Amino acid sequence: MNKKNLILYLIVLVFGIAAPFVFPAFKVQLSILCVLIVLSTTWNIQGGEMGYNSFGNILFYGLGMYLCASVQVGMFFPLAEWTESGGEKTFVHTPAQFFQGMAVGLVVAAIVPTIVAGLIGYSILGLRGHYFAICTLGLGVAAGEISGGIEIIGAGQGFTTPPFPDFGGLEARGEFFYFLSFFVLVFTFIAVKAIYSTRFKLILNAIRDNEDKAEAMGIQTMKYKIIGWMISAFFCGLAGGIMGGLVGYIDSTDVAFDGREMGVFMVLMAILGGKGTLWGPIIGATIFHIFKEGFWTFFLGWQYVALGVLIVVIVIYFPEGIMGWLREKYPERFGEVVDEADRKAQVELK
Amino acid sequence: MITIQACLDGILLGVLFALIAYGMALQWGVMNIINIAQGDLVILGGYIAYFMYLYGIHPAWGIIVSPIIMYFIGIGIYKLVINKVVDRDLFISILATFGISILFMQLMNFAFGADVVLANSGYGTTFLFDSNVVLPNSKIFSAAVSIVFAICLVIYMKKSKLGRAIRATAQNARAAKILGVDTEKVYAATFGINAALCGVAGALISITFTIHPYMGLPYTIRSFMIVIVAGLGNLPGVALSGMGLGVFEEFADYILGTEFRIGSVFLLLVLILVYRRFKLSRKREYLK
Repeated sequence: MNKKNLILYLIVLVFGIAAPFVFPAFKVQLSILCVLIVLSTTWNIQGGEMGYNSFGNILFYGLGMYLCASVQVGMFFPLAEWTESGGEKTFVHTPAQFFQGMAVGLVVAAIVPTIVAGLIGYSILGLRGHYFAICTLGLGVAAGEISGGIEIIGAGQGFTTPPFPDFGGLEARGEFFYFLSFFVLVFTFIAVKAIYSTRFKLILNAIRDNEDKAEAMGIQTMKYKIIGWMISAFFCGLAGGIMGGLVGYIDSTDVAFDGREMGVFMVLMAILGGKGTLWGPIIGATIFHIFKEGFWTFFLGWQYVALGVLIVVIVIYFPEGIMGWLREKYPERFGEVVDEADRKAQVELK
Repeated sequence: MITIQACLDGILLGVLFALIAYGMALQWGVMNIINIAQGDLVILGGYIAYFMYLYGIHPAWGIIVSPIIMYFIGIGIYKLVINKVVDRDLFISILATFGISILFMQLMNFAFGADVVLANSGYGTTFLFDSNVVLPNSKIFSAAVSIVFAICLVIYMKKSKLGRAIRATAQNARAAKILGVDTEKVYAATFGINAALCGVAGALISITFTIHPYMGLPYTIRSFMIVIVAGLGNLPGVALSGMGLGVFEEFADYILGTEFRIGSVFLLLVLILVYRRFKLSRKREYLK
């Protein structure tokens, strides 16, 4: 890492830490932004780098959400009675219980989806291209429909996550969730950057570019595909766990397994920023979140119409994303050697 | 008795699914596009029939009116969006039609409200086996109409000039272009015919079952499933697997309960894909 990059990262870090104090009104939005960035960055691991476009990462997200909340409640109180009371405050977590439950819950929310991804990975990742996309879409929707029929996690009426404990009037909920999600974001970024600097990323790229050839070169593609998918699942579960606590209420099809919103958002953010780049999903998520919040606030009711139009426009006109556009415009910045004569010839062709 | 009831219900329902799936197979084969908005086109067709019912016209006329309107809507969608994704990666078309699907869902929600509606045809019911098996006549009517439409379409595809052009484009678009087929027009017509088929199916669904703006996606998944089981361009296969799916659904509904009905359809899709994948991987192949 050179000096210029280090300074840039430090600025981002300082800005990230100062953000909730500079913009106290946007704490929740900033936390959601952190979660969105985590989701799109990790979707990009198997969607962008590996070329396996999944609509089903929402499965791990929702799983993490339910698991985190269930563990947090189930560690101290009977889960069935909690969900039956539907958020009535018959049981109250003490601060120690809340944080203990959250910590254990997040660990479970990260580990279990990873294991699930490993278990189903061998069957699902044998599908390619659009079959994989549709199959994972089916998985996500099926998970939502089935979890909506399970009584112990609230079935159709939803699941209220434990409310944030009261420290004698000190309102720290926003700060707590912001720093939690920001910490996970930093952790994700460091992990993803570390992954991208290894041979593993090259293997994923090889699988994306030509899986048969990669296999012929002696790479055990299935093993690496499953590992990539498991890494995605790990962070998706973690993000889901945080989001559950942040929203405070889990519904099977509208919050947890929301394939129509979050499941598409993570794909869209990565595509908007540029698939297969480190910074692309981060930029994409930021722009998307600002746009979305603006629309959700000023054109309430029309947000899905806007979303549909946005998806079509992005997919048709910006399939390479912002980073892809920049790359075409300034190839030197991305370390590509450009032959001056070649470029002139291309300009003339146009 | 419940077995016979579920089987008959399933078969009558499956014929409708097969009609939608035939449209999907058509556009998939010709344009190499998987249309996630298929189900929403069906629901839109249903709302057209429902609208006629609201204005006092018998909803059965919807099976004539709805495909005509849907044909033009289909052509409009093609001109606006689909013609830009035809030659691209399949994932692009999936995502773009997903966008259209969300758009349609919400527009229908605005236009017609979020209530579950049904256009009452007033056809009465048939009782079989000492009234142990109850069949609404509208279901029988809708299955019959679907079969008639499917047969008409098959004959049209075999005999007419446009049908020949569509089949030629499906086989080899480039060669068809060289031989003077205007492929752009063929694509538009294909998408229009698909939308019209969805319109017929939707009108039938609005008189037999219920429609709701958000019910589209399951129809897409069902038709996708039928197509991958039957294969492209295999009409008897489409009809049979459609009926099989219908029967499966009725039994899932009866055994697991209605709340797991849609979930079981999606799970079945995953299972079928995984089964196909393992079967093919023995020969070191994969689904293409």
